[in-house]
Amino acid sequence: MRDNTTNNTLLALGGVGALIGIGLLFTFERPPIETVQGGFRGTSMGQVYNPRTVNRLAAVNQVPPAPEPADPGGERARDVFQNVQVLGHLSVEQFNRIMQVMTEWIYPRENIADGCNGCHVPGNFAAEDIYTKHVARRMLQMTMALNSTWQVHTQEVGVTCWTCHRGQAVPAYVWSQQPVSSNGGGFATGPGEQNRPGRQVGLASLPNDPFTPYLWRAEEIRMQGRDQHPRPNSRQSIQQTEWNYALMMHMSTALGVNCTFCHNSRAFSSWEESPPQRLTAWHGIRMVRDINNTYIEPLRERFPPHRLGPLGDTLKVNCATCHQGVYQPMFGAPMIRDYPELLPPPEQRRAEAPAPGWVAGPRLP
Amino acid sequence: MALEYQYLFTRVQVRGPHYKGLPLPPGHDVRSKGGRFSHLLGKLGDAQIGPIYLGHLGVLSLFFGFIAFEIIGLNMLASVNWNPLLFVRDLFWLSLDPPLPQHGLKVFMPLHEGGWWLLAGFFLTLSLFLWWGRTYRRARALGLGTHTSWAFLAAIWLYLVLGFIRPILMGSWSEAVPFGIFSHLDWTAAFSIRYGNLFYNPFHALSIVFLYGSVLLFAMHGATILAVGRFGGEREVEQAYDRGTAMERAGLFWRWTMGFNATSESIHRWAWWFAVLTPVTGGIGILVTGTLVDNWYLWAMERGFVAAYPPIATPDPYLTGAGR
Ligand code: HEC
Ligand code: HEC
Ligand code: HEC
Ligand code: HEC
Repeated sequence: MRDNTTNNTLLALGGVGALIGIGLLFTFERPPIETVQGGFRGTSMGQVYNPRTVNRLAAVNQVPPAPEPADPGGERARDVFQNVQVLGHLSVEQFNRIMQVMTEWIYPRENIADGCNGCHVPGNFAAEDIYTKHVARRMLQMTMALNSTWQVHTQEVGVTCWTCHRGQAVPAYVWSQQPVSSNGGGFATGPGEQNRPGRQVGLASLPNDPFTPYLWRAEEIRMQGRDQHPRPNSRQSIQQTEWNYALMMHMSTALGVNCTFCHNSRAFSSWEESPPQRLTAWHGIRMVRDINNTYIEPLRERFPPHRLGPLGDTLKVNCATCHQGVYQPMFGAPMIRDYPELLPPPEQRRAEAPAPGWVAGPRLP
Repeated sequence: MALEYQYLFTRVQVRGPHYKGLPLPPGHDVRSKGGRFSHLLGKLGDAQIGPIYLGHLGVLSLFFGFIAFEIIGLNMLASVNWNPLLFVRDLFWLSLDPPLPQHGLKVFMPLHEGGWWLLAGFFLTLSLFLWWGRTYRRARALGLGTHTSWAFLAAIWLYLVLGFIRPILMGSWSEAVPFGIFSHLDWTAAFSIRYGNLFYNPFHALSIVFLYGSVLLFAMHGATILAVGRFGGEREVEQAYDRGTAMERAGLFWRWTMGFNATSESIHRWAWWFAVLTPVTGGIGILVTGTLVDNWYLWAMERGFVAAYPPIATPDPYLTGAGR
C-alpha cells in the first residue's frame, strides 16, 4: 500500500518533470548564456548572448578578402570610357577594380566574364540595354550617400554592396508588402495584417508589416505621453503602440539585441536614460526611409516582375538587410576602408542633405 | 517514509450511496437525474459526479456563452480561410480584435472592423452576469452566505473595466482587450508601454501585493492543512475547540514560527480579501490609466519615487534640431 503510493507519487512527479522538460525543449535555448552588462548596475540593461549563436553568426558575417588597392593616379575613367555617369572621377585602375569586386559581390560566377554579364550586354560595356546596369548605377549612388550623408549612422564601418548583397543578386533580407492572407470576414484587413506568427516581429501577435508605415512612409513612431496627465493632443491608441512595438521587435531581432541595447526599459521614451546606440538607430530609421524612397522604390518600373513583391512594389531594405542579426554589420569590420571607390567624389562629400523624397509613399487606410 | 504525506492525489475514496443533496424549496427548477461516480475525478476531488442544477440562469448563461465562444472561434477560423490545419497551428496567434480606433464608441460599424468583437463582448458579458446570478441563487438556496458571488463579481469588475468602462471613458472601443491568446498578452505589454510603464501605477502595485499575497496565503494554508493531515486536520472546524488536535498543532506551528497565527476561520477571511482585492485594486489601476494619468513614469518622477541613476544623456534628436 505504502509502496504503491510512493510509486504513484514518483510516477506522477516523473510525468510532471517530463512535461516541463518537453516545454523547456521547445521554448528555451540550451545554455550557456552570457550576459553583457550595459547600463548602470541595477538597471538590468544587459545583452544576452549564446556563444553558439554568436559563433554561427560570426561564421556567416565574414568580410571577403579585398584585392590589392588600385592606383588612384592616372587617366580618369570618364575620359577613357564612353558612358560613365557616376564613377567618372575614378582612375581607370580603380574603375576596373570596382567592376571586378561588384561582380564578385553580386554576380559571382566561375568565370568572371560571365559575372560581368550580370550588368552588361555581352560585348558592349557601354550599352544601357539591361536593367541591372541602371539599377547598379543607382545602387552606386546610394552607397556613396550611405558613406557620406548617412555617416551619422554608418560611421567608420561604412557600407559596400557586400553589406547587403553578400554574393547574391537580391539581398537575403528584404521586404515588400504582402497580400492579406485571409479572405474570410471578421478581421481588420489591409497591409499590416496582425495575429499571425511573423518572424520579422519576433513571432509575436503584432502587426506583421511595421515597414510600410515607418520605413517607407514617415509615420510618427513615438506614442508615449509627454506629460503625466492626458492632454487633448496626447491621444495615441493602443493600436498605434502595437505598430510601434512591432517595429521595435524588428529592430531588436535585426540587430540581435534586446530592447535595452537602446533603451532603459523603465522609461522607453526617455532619451536622457537611453544609451547612445539609440541615437544611431534614430538616424538609421531616417536612412532606411531615404534608401527606400530615394533609391529603391523609384526603380520599380525598371525591375522585371519576378524582382518585385507580390503586390508589385520593390523588394526594399529594413534594418536586417545590412545588420543580418548583428549589432554592427559584419561585427563592425571597417570594410569601407578597403574600397575608397565607393566614397563620393571629394567635391560632393557631405554636400547634399538627405533628400526629402521620403515623405512620399502610399497612404494606408 | 518521507513521501507518505506528499501525495498529489486523494488516496482513499470513501463511497457512500449516491447523495442527491437537500430537497429544493418550491419555485426552483429541478436538478438533473441520476449521477455517477468517477474514480479518476475522485483522485482530484469528490468521486460523486452530479446531480447538477442547471436552471434557467444556467441554461441561458451557457447559451450566450456559447454564442460568444462561437463568434470568437468562427472569426478566428475565417481569418485562416476556414483552414482547420492552420487554425490549429496558429491558434495561439489568432485573435478577434476590438474595433479600429476610427470607430470611436460607435455601436454600429462593419462587422469585420469590430462589430463582431462588440457582439462577442455583449454576449460574453450577458453570460457572465447570468452565471453570477446563478452563483448567488444557488448559495441562497443552500442557505449559504454569498461570498462566492461577490468574489466572482470582483473578477467581473476587472473584466468590465478592461472591456467596457474604461473604453467608454476613453471614448473608443479600440482601447479594449482583444479576444486571443497571444494578442491579449501583446495588448498587455502595449498598454503598459503606451502609458509609460504600469509598474509605476500604485494600484497596479497594490494589485500585485494582493496577488502575490494570495499566493503566499494559499501556500501557507494548503501546506498547513496537508501537514496536519496525519491528525485529520482537514476536518478543521470540528477540531477548533479541542486541545491537542491537528488544528491546535497547526496554530501552534505558526505561533512558534512567527508569533501570530490565523484561526481556522480567519485564514479564509484573509484569503478571501486578498483574492478579491487583487482584481478590485487592479481594476482601479486600469481605470485611471489614460483617463487621469497618461504617463506613469513621469507621474512617479513628480512624486519622487523613481530611483535616480546617473543619466547617460543621449540627446533627443528632435530637440537638437534634426528634422523628422
Ligand atoms: C553590378 C553591376 C555590374 C557588374 C557586375 C559589372 N559592371 Fe561594369 N558597369 C556597371 C555600371 C553601373 C557601369 C556604368 C558606371 C557609371 O555610369 O559610372 C559600368 C561600366 C562599365 C564599363 C565602362 C563602359 C563604357 O564604355 O562606358 C566597363 C568597361 C565595364 N563596366 C566593365 C566591366 C567588367 C569587365 C565587368 C566584369 C569584371 C563589369 N563591368 C561588371 C555595372 C556593372
Ligand atoms: C542597403 C542595401 C543595399 C546596398 C548597400 C546595395 N544594394 Fe543592390 N539591391 C538592394 C536591394 C534590396 C535590391 C533588390 C531590389 C528589388 O529586387 O526590388 C538590390 C538589387 C540590386 C541589383 C539588381 C539585381 C537583379 O538581378 O535584379 C543590382 C544589380 C544591385 N543591387 C547592385 C548593387 C551594387 C553594385 C551595389 C554597391 C554599389 C549595391 N547593389 C548595394 C540593396 C542594396
Ligand atoms: C536599435 C535600437 C532600438 C532597439 C533595440 C529598441 N528601440 Fe525602441 N526606439 C528606438 C528609437 C531610435 C526610438 C525613437 C524613434 C523616433 O523618435 O523616431 C524608439 C522609440 C521607442 C518607443 C517610443 C518612445 C516614445 O517616445 O514614445 C518605445 C515605446 C520603444 N521604442 C520601445 C521599444 C521596445 C519595447 C523595444 C524592444 C522590443 C525597443 N524599443 C527596442 C530604438 C530602439
Ligand atoms: C545600409 C546598411 C544599414 C542599414 C540598412 C542599417 N544599418 Fe545600422 N549600422 C550600419 C553600420 C555600417 C553600422 C556601424 C556603424 C558604427 O556604429 O560604427 C551600424 C550601426 C548601428 C547601430 C550602432 C551599434 C553600436 O554598436 O553602436 C545601431 C543601433 C544601428 N545600426 C541600428 C540600426 C537600425 C535600427 C536600423 C534600421 C532602421 C539600421 N541600423 C539599418 C549599417 C546599416
